[in-house]
Amino acid sequence: MDTIVQLTRSFGPLVSRIVAALFGGYVLAALASVAAVALPVSPSEAVLTGMLASFAVYATAVVWVFAVRSAWRAWAGLLVAALPLGLAAWSVWVR
Amino acid sequence: MVGMGAIRIMPANTSPKVPVSRAARKPAKAPGIRQTMSDLHIWTGLLAGWILYAMFLTGTASYFRDEISQWMRPDVPAQSQLADAAELAPRLIAAMEVIAPMSPQWSISLPDARNNTASAFWRGGRRFESATFDPATAQTIGVRESIGGEFFYRFHFQLHYLPVLWGRWLAGLCGMFMLVAIISGVITHKKIFIDFFTFRGGKGQRSWLDAHNALSVLGLPFHLMITYTGLVTLMLMYMPWGSNAAFKDAAQRQAMQTELSAFVRPGPPSGQKAELAPVAGMIQQAQARWGHDGVGSVNVNNPGDAAARIIVVRADDARVSASPQYMMFDGVGGQLLQIKDRVGAAAETRGVMYALHLGRFSDYPLRWLYFLVSLAGTAMVGTGLVMWTVKRRAKLPDPARPYFGFRLVERLNIAAIAGLSVAMAAFFWGNRLLPAAMADRKVWEVDLLFIVWGATLVYALLRPAKRAWVELLWLAAALLVLLPLLNGITTDRGLWHSLAAGDWLFAGFDLTLLAFGGLHALLAIRTQRHQPKARPAARKSKPAPPAAGAHIPLSHAQAAVGDPVVERV
Repeated sequence: MDTIVQLTRSFGPLVSRIVAALFGGYVLAALASVAAVALPVSPSEAVLTGMLASFAVYATAVVWVFAVRSAWRAWAGLLVAALPLGLAAWSVWVR
Repeated sequence: MVGMGAIRIMPANTSPKVPVSRAARKPAKAPGIRQTMSDLHIWTGLLAGWILYAMFLTGTASYFRDEISQWMRPDVPAQSQLADAAELAPRLIAAMEVIAPMSPQWSISLPDARNNTASAFWRGGRRFESATFDPATAQTIGVRESIGGEFFYRFHFQLHYLPVLWGRWLAGLCGMFMLVAIISGVITHKKIFIDFFTFRGGKGQRSWLDAHNALSVLGLPFHLMITYTGLVTLMLMYMPWGSNAAFKDAAQRQAMQTELSAFVRPGPPSGQKAELAPVAGMIQQAQARWGHDGVGSVNVNNPGDAAARIIVVRADDARVSASPQYMMFDGVGGQLLQIKDRVGAAAETRGVMYALHLGRFSDYPLRWLYFLVSLAGTAMVGTGLVMWTVKRRAKLPDPARPYFGFRLVERLNIAAIAGLSVAMAAFFWGNRLLPAAMADRKVWEVDLLFIVWGATLVYALLRPAKRAWVELLWLAAALLVLLPLLNGITTDRGLWHSLAAGDWLFAGFDLTLLAFGGLHALLAIRTQRHQPKARPAARKSKPAPPAAGAHIPLSHAQAAVGDPVVERV
């Protein structure tokens, strides 16, 4: 039991950051690419803009996740960024 | 695990041994940004490094894809003059009517200045089929069937043996790792431009670091460009979500597709049979618009059907964009239906990025520059991988018995770097030695490459590391240097003939092989002579310390960029 606690203590935050970077980063990039569809240009232009920018969003998210002081901050930052993107993406999905 | 990767001198208050987890609980002791970015750089670089090295090297070779293909099909004579598209295309269409009369879509590529064959791919039953044609006869090339340089090109973004989609996802994941490694690497090196002019030779780990920095900074704009644009080439697959959200039906999706490619999905066939209209006149119209050699390919949708369309596509070897430009004709009546000569701003951005990645617009000086900088990128990945072991070797508790992870990285490095050179050379040997009429010949060429590559891994696992490096590098050097000789024996286009005949493609290829053979010999010699410094434990046991493998000399890096970087000490 103690060893489990020990392992979680020492590796938990790292694993959490890896998950945040790999999957959280991808979800954020995907949200951004959907949010771009709300841009006031033709649909195919908007879709392509979102795709083109998505990898920069992904890379920035990964750097953020490992740059900040704690795993909690990493997740919090992703959520803060996801909020407006999610709203814009939601407006695309429902229309 | 994370605390292990300090490359640079730490900020004064930071211990490199503090794991992130503890740092997280005590914010006052959190590692600085350069430390965390250094860790990120090291681990993304290591985990994706072996695949990235192979992607980089085969991608580099792909800048000479057409030239490699020509060398691997020596029976097709060098073209003295470019065929006239208006004369050749009708003969190729006639050939396709025999080969694939039932297919709903053909795409026929014409020869160009760098390519002496025509080729076609078409929708078969469930998959795409392809064929290569001799433009003189308009018949498929039956003798010495070879995949040619196409193999390196395909491999560098979809690997091999894996289902194509898996391979592309894996390549994309490695591409993302590369992008993150580049960004974190730049953040790590605050003094990046000063580092560029710093080279401390013969100093073990320092020298490796300096070489790695110089190679990275030299090509930084290129490395960043090639990584990002590489992701962009397959972005429809990696990021389909915007497209899924915006387009509710196939027609809307199709509208975007016409912004990206001239390979437009065919409409529904009418079911009525009809002869294709003569294509020569259509091509002449296109030539009047784009110049005599401006036609790159001809796509035929629904051939043999009353709803057929013939799409004459502009070549992309004279413009810095891969955005589609084409003229669409009614395939039966022959009248011009549509001229596509521009796309939207975002689509054009993507087209330019795509073109920058492939470099098809390059003339030979620019093509060689692409090749050399890309080779520097390969060496950047290679030196980074080797540095991982060099750094850790000095700290090994018992250098004679390294821990498992160290041995794993060390051996994988040997197979991934030296082994790949051997395997690529073996691929060319197979091309000349496999019987010309062998069944599935082009499959065996590729299988041979992987058999040899696998054998080098086994070899690297069984031999002492340093010996494995030296012996495999010598093997690669021998295979490369002897290839021009083999070419001279098995074909009538050996180096003397090609030089005398002014066949610069064959002569250039053979000379490049000799240069690479020399490079590998140099690496082998430097590795052999290398004596790890300041390692008392190893110095005592003088006869070949078993774990001295990763000390490949710097010349790997130097020679790859032709020395100018390193001379600026």
